[in-house]
Amino acid sequence: MSKLFEEHTATFPAVGETPASPSAPRRMTLNMGPQHPSTHGVLRIMLELEGETIRLAEPDIGFLHTGIEKECEQKTWQQVVTLTDRVDYLANLSNNLVYALTVEKLLQLEIPPRAQWMRVMMAELSRLNSHLVWLGTHALDIGAMSVFFYCFREREDVLRIFEMFSGQRMMTSYIRIGGLALEPPRGWEKVVGKFIRAFPSKVDEYEELLDTNPIWTRRTKGVGFMSLDDMLDLGVTGPMIRAAGLKWDIRKSEPYSSYDKFDFEIASRTENDVYARYRVRLEEMRQSARIITQALEGMPEGRWEADAPGIVLPDREKMKTQMEALIYHFKIVTEGFRVPAGEVYQCIEAPRGEIGYYIVSDGTSKPYRVHMRTPSFGNVQALPVLLKDTLIADSIAALGSVDFVLGDTDR
Amino acid sequence: MNHSAIVETREAFGETTYFADPAQIVDLCRYLRHTEKFNRLSAITAVDWFPAEPRFEVVYHLHSIDNNQRIRVKCRIATRADGANPEIDSITSVWRGADWYEREVFDMFGIGFRNHPNLTRILMPVDWEGYPLRKDYPVHGYKYSYSKE
Repeated sequence: MSKLFEEHTATFPAVGETPASPSAPRRMTLNMGPQHPSTHGVLRIMLELEGETIRLAEPDIGFLHTGIEKECEQKTWQQVVTLTDRVDYLANLSNNLVYALTVEKLLQLEIPPRAQWMRVMMAELSRLNSHLVWLGTHALDIGAMSVFFYCFREREDVLRIFEMFSGQRMMTSYIRIGGLALEPPRGWEKVVGKFIRAFPSKVDEYEELLDTNPIWTRRTKGVGFMSLDDMLDLGVTGPMIRAAGLKWDIRKSEPYSSYDKFDFEIASRTENDVYARYRVRLEEMRQSARIITQALEGMPEGRWEADAPGIVLPDREKMKTQMEALIYHFKIVTEGFRVPAGEVYQCIEAPRGEIGYYIVSDGTSKPYRVHMRTPSFGNVQALPVLLKDTLIADSIAALGSVDFVLGDTDR
Repeated sequence: MNHSAIVETREAFGETTYFADPAQIVDLCRYLRHTEKFNRLSAITAVDWFPAEPRFEVVYHLHSIDNNQRIRVKCRIATRADGANPEIDSITSVWRGADWYEREVFDMFGIGFRNHPNLTRILMPVDWEGYPLRKDYPVHGYKYSYSKE
């Protein structure tokens, strides 16, 4: 418990004790979490209540800390990919992508267009996956139960696509340093095409389900306001910022992985409440569907991996006939490859905001330091301001609208 | 960029790094935020160069949305002769968002931040001993030993 919290609560009468005078503040400390269902993970928030109004909120994080950054220093460059999956378990491919981009920046590796477009497609599918889980659980928190089933129906399709590409539903590790883990499977165009043609109408379905629900509109409109200046000051990124009227999207401002070749709009609203954040994410789903359609139609031909022997694992067939391929395979698997000394910071627009990896290499086959600037860490930091002077019931809606993943916060 | 705190500028991989004098970090950050329009603090982290000296580098990633520009500011801080944790001034007075990032650096590297409102552990349990991301901290921690005694 922080000093601030202790000072604040020092003068309050204990539970059951009568306050000195009838006008003295009667406050109560409420411990929300770590097992509270609407904290979506293990987040503890200490609330200082005056009646039903939250006067002070203090998040306590770290329950899901697994020491990923320390572990990165023990693994070879390629092995770290599997750890990045586990940072944000709803946006695995975004984390794979940012790690691969960061190391490729250090290696100054050129990635073939097919791999870049494929990465964009996978990252956008990952955004759909994340937003669908968010919408379903957020609506569930507020009491609209059926939306959850609709969202998870589509999420299942996305996970099946992930499984088809990588063999894994969640921990895909599909985007590797130098390209992709596997060749795109036979018939992927058909599966992705079928899904993405039907998807925009599904988004309309969610919109209709929620917007025609008077309880939903009354519980979200005008709730959870936080000024844009506060957000920028506290490190909030992603849909939260865009719902506050700032059109800032890293995919547009600092394009990576050939995002500049795609035609899409930045979703933004100006109301800056829970409802605006919901509208922004719905619009982002529609824009993601647009990007995926473009990727599907214009997918360039060619290799899915960079021409970089010694970094990219050789083909299985070549290993049976060529000595060099076998040597490279042995070297990569046992020792790993070396990355020139230096430091880079690379960020991408993940479903929750800016993911930035800061990687320091000392020229060996293991990273010297990997720092993950995760969006949820910045977003959760803003909770005390977001929750101050709101009702407890509204805090559930406000918390849900932040869309944090605690694995992402604690790493 | 013209400020007395900047001692060295490096360009690599299309990124700019400024090495700054740790004593003037608050002043420099205020200048960067208000004059150079770096309105966002992206992250604060640290790097441990054990056993080299100065041992730690505190790294600030700044971003300007208006100019669409990112820079990195680094401060080298050495270990203290008396073995106490090295210290640097907190920049929470410039960006409130620095709060948790500084707590994380304190938690993981044991670097103190002067004038921080609430410098406590954030990710590790409050009674944890040692600073996990230091290079002399074993991967499996001090508490448990997997070898047979």
